[in-house]
Amino acid sequence: MAICILWPMLQLAQFEPMLLIDPNNTKVMGDFLVQFIPPNIQLEFLSLVLKATVETLAMATAGIALAMIIAVPLGLIISYSLSISRIGPTSDHQLAQFVRFIARTLMLVLRGIPEIVWALLLVRVFGLGPIAGVLAIAITYGGMLAKVYSEILESGNTLPARALILSGSGRVASFLYGLLPNSAQELASYTIYRWECAVRASVVMGFVGAGGLGQLMDQSMKMLNGGEVSTILIVFLGLVLLADYISLVIRKQLV
Amino acid sequence: MSAQISIQPARQFCLKCLLMLLIISGLTISSFIYLSLNPADLFTFQAMKNMAEFIGRFFPPDLSADFLEKIWQGILQTLAISALATLIAAVISILISLPVSGRFGPIAKWLSRFFCNFLRSVPELVWAALMVLAVGLGPFAGTLALTLHTMGVLGRLFGETLENNPIASSNALVLSGSGRVASFLYGTLPSIAPQLLSYSLYRWEMNIRMATILGFVGAGGLGQMLYYELSLLREAQASTVIIAMLLLVVLVDAISAKLRRIQMHNLG
Repeated sequence: MAICILWPMLQLAQFEPMLLIDPNNTKVMGDFLVQFIPPNIQLEFLSLVLKATVETLAMATAGIALAMIIAVPLGLIISYSLSISRIGPTSDHQLAQFVRFIARTLMLVLRGIPEIVWALLLVRVFGLGPIAGVLAIAITYGGMLAKVYSEILESGNTLPARALILSGSGRVASFLYGLLPNSAQELASYTIYRWECAVRASVVMGFVGAGGLGQLMDQSMKMLNGGEVSTILIVFLGLVLLADYISLVIRKQLV
Repeated sequence: MSAQISIQPARQFCLKCLLMLLIISGLTISSFIYLSLNPADLFTFQAMKNMAEFIGRFFPPDLSADFLEKIWQGILQTLAISALATLIAAVISILISLPVSGRFGPIAKWLSRFFCNFLRSVPELVWAALMVLAVGLGPFAGTLALTLHTMGVLGRLFGETLENNPIASSNALVLSGSGRVASFLYGTLPSIAPQLLSYSLYRWEMNIRMATILGFVGAGGLGQMLYYELSLLREAQASTVIIAMLLLVVLVDAISAKLRRIQMHNLG
C-alpha cells in the first residue's frame, strides 16, 4: 500500500535523485559554492548590505505598526467579551452577527494568503521596492494579530468589562478600563514577537522584489556571485539572532 | 491571567516605561521616514482608485474546467512535495537525533546541533533558490529545499525527545544481551514514536503552506503557476490560483485543528 501512494507522489514531485549528481549541475553548483569562501567583504558591497539591512528592519517595524492599525479595530469587533448584543435580546442582534461574520472572513483572507503572495501582488501596484513589502507585512500580520488579540481579550479575566457593559458603558470605554489593564502585557509581548517574525519574513519577501536583504540576495544569486550570497547569508543570520535578542529583552522588561 | 482583581494602587510614574515607549515610537516613526512612506498617502482617493482598479482585474476568476484541472494538478503537486519532503526529513532526522541527543559524546552532540541550527536558520525560500541552481527548475528542487529545512527542525526536536526519554527500557534490553541497534528499535523507538509522529505531522502542515509559495523561485507547485500567470498578466487565472491557495491553507488549518481536538479529547 505504501508503494501505491508513494509512487504517484514521486512522479508528481518529479523525484529524480540522479539530477543531483548530473555532471552539468554539479559543475554549476560546485563553481557557485566555491565562491562562498571567502565572503565578499569589499567596502562598497558591505555598505550596500548595511543599507539593505537597515531597510529590512525599517520594513518590519513600519509593517507591524500598520498591522496594528488594521488589527486593533478588527480584534475589538470580533472579540466576544465586548459583545453588547449578547447581553440580551436586542434589535440589532442580527446586524452584530453579520458585522462579526464579515470581519472574521476578512481576517481569514488577510492571513490565509501568505505574505509573499501579497508582496508579489503589491509589487505590481507600487513597483519594486520596500513599500510593497511593508504593506504585505501589514496585511498578513494585521490578520494574524487581529485573531490573536481577540483571543487574548477573551481568555483573560472578562468580568470587569462585562460589569462595565452591563452597567451601561460603551464598548470602547469598557475595553479601555475593563480589559486593557489586565491584558496589555500579553498584547504587547505578542506584538513584539510578531515583529521578530516580520524581520524574518521581510528578508524572504525580497525574492519577489519587495526590497530589503532578500532583493539583494536574489540579485546576487541570479548573477551566481557566491561571495556576495555568502556575505548576505551571514548578515541575515546575524540579523535574525539580533531580532530574537531584541524581542527577548523587550519582552523581559514587560514582565 | 489570574481571576482575582488586583487591589494594588495604580502604578506611579515610571520613567523606564516612558523612555522605552518613546524609543519604540521614535524608531517606528523613523522607519516610516527612512522608507519615505507616508501612511496618509495610502488612503488618498487616487491610491484607493488604483487599488480598486487593480483588484477589479482579478474578477471574475477563471473557473473553466480546463484551468481547474490544471489547478488540481498544482494542488496535488504541492501536497506531494510537502509530503515527500516531510517523510524523507523525518526518516533522516531519526538518524540525526542520535548524535543530537548526546549518545555519541559531547563533540558529536555539539557538531550535530550546529548542523541542525544551520539547516533551519536558512529560510526555505533561500534553500529553494539554491536547489534550483543545483538540480534545475521544477518540483524536485522544492522537495529538496523543504527536506533540508525540515531536517534541521525535526533533527533538533527528535533529539530533544530522545534526550528526555527515560532509558530504562532500552537499558534493560542491553543488559539482557541485545545489541545496541535492537535495543534502540525495540526499547526506545516505541515509546517516543507517538511524539515523533505528532512533530512530523505538525511539520507537514507547515510544509504544505511553504510548498505553495516555493514556486516563486521556480520550485514547482501552486506558487510556480501563480508566478507564471502573473508574469503573463493573466489576472483572472492568477486569482483562481490564489483562491486555491487560500482554500488549501484554510482546509489544512481546519483539519489539523480538528485532529488536535481529537487528540486532546483522547488524552482526557
